Amino acid sequence: MLKLEGINRIFNETTPDEKIALDNINLDLKTGDFVTVIGSNGAGKSTMMNMISGALSPDFGTVEIDRKNVTKYPEYKRSHLIGRVFQDPMAGTAPTMTVEENLAIAYSRNKRRGLRIGVDKKRREFFRESLESLHLNLENRLTAKVGLLSGGERQALSLLMATFTKPSILLLDEHTAALDPSRAELITNLTKQLVEKDNLTTLMVTHNMQQALDLGNRLIMMDKGQIILEVDPEAKKDLTIADLMDAFQRIRGEKLVSDRTLLSV
Amino acid sequence: MFTAIFGSVEQGIIYAIMALGVYLTFRVLDFPDLTVDGSFVTGAATAATLIVLGYHPALATAAATVAGFLAGCMTGILHTKAKINPLLSGILMMIALYSINLRIMGATTETAIGRPNVPLSNVDSLFTIFFGWWGNLGIDTAINNVLISIGIENVPKTWGTFFIMIIVTFAIKIIFDRFLKTEVGLAIRATGDNDKMIRSFSANTDTLIILGLGISNALVALSGALIAQYTKFADVSMGIGMIVIGLASVIIGEAILGTKTIVRTTLAVIVGAIIYRIVIAIALRVEFLDTGDMKLITALIVVVALILPKFFEKRKERARKAKRRAERTLTSEQEAKQLA
Ligand SMILES: Nc1ncnc2c1ncn2[C@@H]1O[C@H](COP(=O)(O)OP(=O)(O)OP(=O)(O)O)[C@@H](O)[C@H]1O
Ligand SMILES: [Mg+2]
Repeated sequence: MLKLEGINRIFNETTPDEKIALDNINLDLKTGDFVTVIGSNGAGKSTMMNMISGALSPDFGTVEIDRKNVTKYPEYKRSHLIGRVFQDPMAGTAPTMTVEENLAIAYSRNKRRGLRIGVDKKRREFFRESLESLHLNLENRLTAKVGLLSGGERQALSLLMATFTKPSILLLDEHTAALDPSRAELITNLTKQLVEKDNLTTLMVTHNMQQALDLGNRLIMMDKGQIILEVDPEAKKDLTIADLMDAFQRIRGEKLVSDRTLLSV
Repeated sequence: MFTAIFGSVEQGIIYAIMALGVYLTFRVLDFPDLTVDGSFVTGAATAATLIVLGYHPALATAAATVAGFLAGCMTGILHTKAKINPLLSGILMMIALYSINLRIMGATTETAIGRPNVPLSNVDSLFTIFFGWWGNLGIDTAINNVLISIGIENVPKTWGTFFIMIIVTFAIKIIFDRFLKTEVGLAIRATGDNDKMIRSFSANTDTLIILGLGISNALVALSGALIAQYTKFADVSMGIGMIVIGLASVIIGEAILGTKTIVRTTLAVIVGAIIYRIVIAIALRVEFLDTGDMKLITALIVVVALILPKFFEKRKERARKAKRRAERTLTSEQEAKQLA
């Protein structure tokens, strides 16, 4: 389904700011895999997501989706197949447009955009039904401008927009990080529900270790641009936070930095 | 006075088409496009030249619109493909069009070298063709009789321009509103709103920007072609400051009617274009002002239209706060009384 082979990326090469963001990343996802990604700040998680979506391109290495080499495809061509939710609730929606107009944009993702009216009666009904599944009463605010929604509501909307065309791959980059705990939990539950419903192949970055353990069937840990630990479905079932800490110490020979995030449970 | 105002209303309705184009780039695409000063003349020059060369005015007007579309696309290509900043792309295109416009009008001369203007005094235009039909309807005399009976002496020669332009401009507005609701229209709006988001929904923002600029300048050129036929000449300098006039229309309209929905905002832009013309007409009747002062007045109008809404907003807010404070003091006084 998704295959990364030998992905390398250096930022600001030959300058004093040179930074190896990705160092030989290899990853293979089967259809229906749900992989959670953890790692400290600057480990390269977002950069890896951007390589998959096409927002950034690797110095060398290949990206394959559905057995097709898409390394040279620009972002807009790949996004037929890829749904994304960003960390920033502002990033995934158009704020001056209405809820239904935003949904219409998402609805056209895997179709050719033409001179059809974006929100017609039939689609509005479909949007309403889809919004009902969020239980946020957004189905009654179809014509509200998205800029007026709260961060949590927007993130829920983004999640729905990213998933309801059933993308081949769903990329979630700390999509609950900007929300308060109760909202974050709501979005986490929605994520679980939406991913399970269509059995979506998913990569989710999180700083919340408990969340990384609870969700998904596989887990990877990144550090300094490398994938330093891969946990397969069998092993992930009984994995604990302590196991992860130990693993990090064993591999890196140093204690896992107790930054704000990696330890939050 | 009445005829002067009437004339400016007529012109305002024609310029409103240009203002809709400016609205599309400045507000919808969030792209400050300065091509307008050039593409307005391109429209006028193309239409005038083709008419003088003997083509049907309808065909000439259509060709002018296409020429504007191409000019806009070029600006879009400069920005998206050559990665030149939006303002500079527009300025480059505007300056390039100056020479191109001279060449277009030069096509009316034997030698086909540049020419700074083309008069249309003795040829048919869309308006004269239309008047041929309109004149037989007797509507002009009917309306003017009513006006004379209520004591207005200086009646306009014809109401034809007024009515036909209302119909044309509103037809364009309705199509424009609808276009912005289509799938492509939504994608163009999202490009101006959040380009990162729309790329993640498989839209090619480069193409959308080029298309948006093309449509905008097509409208601008159409407006130029109609103005040339209305005033019976095209001139290479008739576009100077056009972008500011377009902006003035957008800003005045938005300040008066607001921007709640697209349908309302485009109406606001049309109303703004008409009000702008009326203000200019009135200003020109002031003793010491001269046609040459028009650009200065335009600049002042834009500044005022930008400042006034903020000023009123502040005043309203201050009034609201004062009222709340008064209520607060009142309740605390009552509470104090009750305690005592
Ligand atoms: N566009 C860029 N230009 C230069 N350096 C960059 C760029 N993007 C990322 N980097 C650097 O690459 C490294 C990896 O960044 P990345 O954003 O992928 O980390 P991350 O794992 O997502 O971290 P976080 O948990 O903080 O989101 C960082 O050191 C970052 O400073
Ligand atoms: Mg990140």
